[in-house]
Amino acid sequence: MSVPGSWYLILAAVLFSIGVVGILTRRNVLVMFMCVELMLNAVNLTFVTFSRMLNDVAGQVAVFFVLVVAAAEVVVGLGLIVAIFRRKANVTADDLDILKG
Amino acid sequence: MSGLVQVINSAPALMASVAIHFPSVQYGDLVPELALLVGALVAMVSSALARTKDISFPYTGIGIVTVVLAGVWSYHLSTIVASSGPKAIVAGAMAVDGFSTFLMVLIAVSLLLVILLAEAFIYEVGSRGPDFVALLLLSGSGAMFMASAEDLLVLFVGLEILSIALYVLVAYCAQVTLSREAAFKYFILGGFSSAILLYGIALTYGATGTTNIGQIALFLSQNTLTSNGVLLGGMALIIVGLGFKIAAVPFQLWTPDVYQGAPTTVTGYMASVAKAGGFAGLLRVLYVSFQTVRIDWRPVILVMCVLTLFTGSILALVQRDVKRLLAYSSINHAGFILIGLYVATQSSLGDSLYYVFAYSIMAIGSFGCVSIIGHLKGSTEGPLDIDSLRGLAREHPRLAVVFAILLVAQSGAPFTIGFLAKFSVVSAAALGQHYELAVLAMLSAVIAVYFYLRVVFAMYRPPLTADTEGESGLTLTDDSGDVMIEEDGALDQGDLLTVTRSRTIPVAASLSVGLALAMTIGFGIVANPLISFASSAIPLH
Repeated sequence: MSVPGSWYLILAAVLFSIGVVGILTRRNVLVMFMCVELMLNAVNLTFVTFSRMLNDVAGQVAVFFVLVVAAAEVVVGLGLIVAIFRRKANVTADDLDILKG
Repeated sequence: MSGLVQVINSAPALMASVAIHFPSVQYGDLVPELALLVGALVAMVSSALARTKDISFPYTGIGIVTVVLAGVWSYHLSTIVASSGPKAIVAGAMAVDGFSTFLMVLIAVSLLLVILLAEAFIYEVGSRGPDFVALLLLSGSGAMFMASAEDLLVLFVGLEILSIALYVLVAYCAQVTLSREAAFKYFILGGFSSAILLYGIALTYGATGTTNIGQIALFLSQNTLTSNGVLLGGMALIIVGLGFKIAAVPFQLWTPDVYQGAPTTVTGYMASVAKAGGFAGLLRVLYVSFQTVRIDWRPVILVMCVLTLFTGSILALVQRDVKRLLAYSSINHAGFILIGLYVATQSSLGDSLYYVFAYSIMAIGSFGCVSIIGHLKGSTEGPLDIDSLRGLAREHPRLAVVFAILLVAQSGAPFTIGFLAKFSVVSAAALGQHYELAVLAMLSAVIAVYFYLRVVFAMYRPPLTADTEGESGLTLTDDSGDVMIEEDGALDQGDLLTVTRSRTIPVAASLSVGLALAMTIGFGIVANPLISFASSAIPLH
């Protein structure tokens, strides 16, 4: 008995939505950052599922690209977060309110 | 043991059976991108060999040489394309066509102007050394990869090369609170939009079975999808993801904050090269890949276009900071560029690209002037209140004239590149019989004239003194006090503002702004070369 591909796609869509909602509602910078990673990994799941459904290896190759890019983003992102919140007690996005949009 | 030997013996046979076929790569076609990457590496390696760490001009030199090489080679490629036609390279993952070479020339020119500006100002407030030039070149190479991407994955990787370096550049003056805050906002929203774009790519891949831009178009022209929900979802997410990058409404919320907080030189770079990269992706993907389903995306682009035109021009009216005002002006310009995409003919695409070129030049010139004025006013690379421009024409008449010309050019004055750019996209809309859109575009251009002139008039009014403060309602110190509240730092904005140096205009900055001005007027009067170059900017397929 195998799980149909559409279930994986739905799971990926749910994970992606959790990531989007997390970024829009959470105020902790690290949690927001993790939500971006969650979105990227939901995309990875989508790529792998489609790759399996289409019987085409390109989707799996895409995942490697995404992993590398996500790793690079983590390096820069954590560096930025450390630089920004070095002298603050907690990492809350609400503290960043000088520039008003 | 014997089993192990057997395995080892069979290894070559196994490798032969699954031999990987590497595509043949003509490296001559990749010189512009590779030159920037190599230039960045050379700058970083040579800094390890340098005896003193506190210099910047050798790296600026490396940057200029690299960028000129990349630009000249891009132009060379464009002449080859003109004579022997466009082609796909690297197994169809990238393209050398009129579209990519035009944008690469634009990116190289913009990078040259930005490097010159950086030499003048950025090192006053950020660290000296190779970092800035190296990051700038890396980021620029990402934009070039986006310009020539013929595969959605290459587009994504190019976008990330562009963005990740740019996150660091925005935070380059990390001791300034505004710069840090802008960097964080840009980073979170950049990562967010990249993830959305990527999900769009994944869904498009699921619907069509390929990520190649040309193959997608081929698939869609040969097949009719019975249920196209996945494809439409993918397309929508790609539009949203790239919409963030080009700052189209309703995805523009980050733009004013980031443009204001980033060092002014970096803002100029973001307005030109980063936007050009985003437009390269959006134009190519929608125009080429989704050619056959344009009935689905054109209404979306139309709504975005009109919203962008008016949000940009109306919100710019109420800004008090020059950099924020220019940010809204940049949103307004993005609306004009979207007109060409909405019309979606080969010539209107060229009009959009021409507009991207014109806007990039004028934007870097304008932000360069803001850099110079900020420097003269003692807030190098920082925010600049519109009232602090008052009296500028008396102290620095030539600078005021140059800034005024660049602003008026942005508003579309004749004999400048800005007029031709606006004229070409509006006439493209009229040619496509979208008269309402043409009228709306001109209406927003009229509104835009007002806020550009507001800056110009500010420069020509007498400076704020004690008795004129009452009439303007806010004093300078009140205003900057709002901006500079800083709870945590010994090193804050205030420290930067009190740095006193001889306030002259650096030669490199004059050169950069002068070049931008020369191109703004030169291509406005001798219009033909650039227009015909832009009209040859046709994507492969």
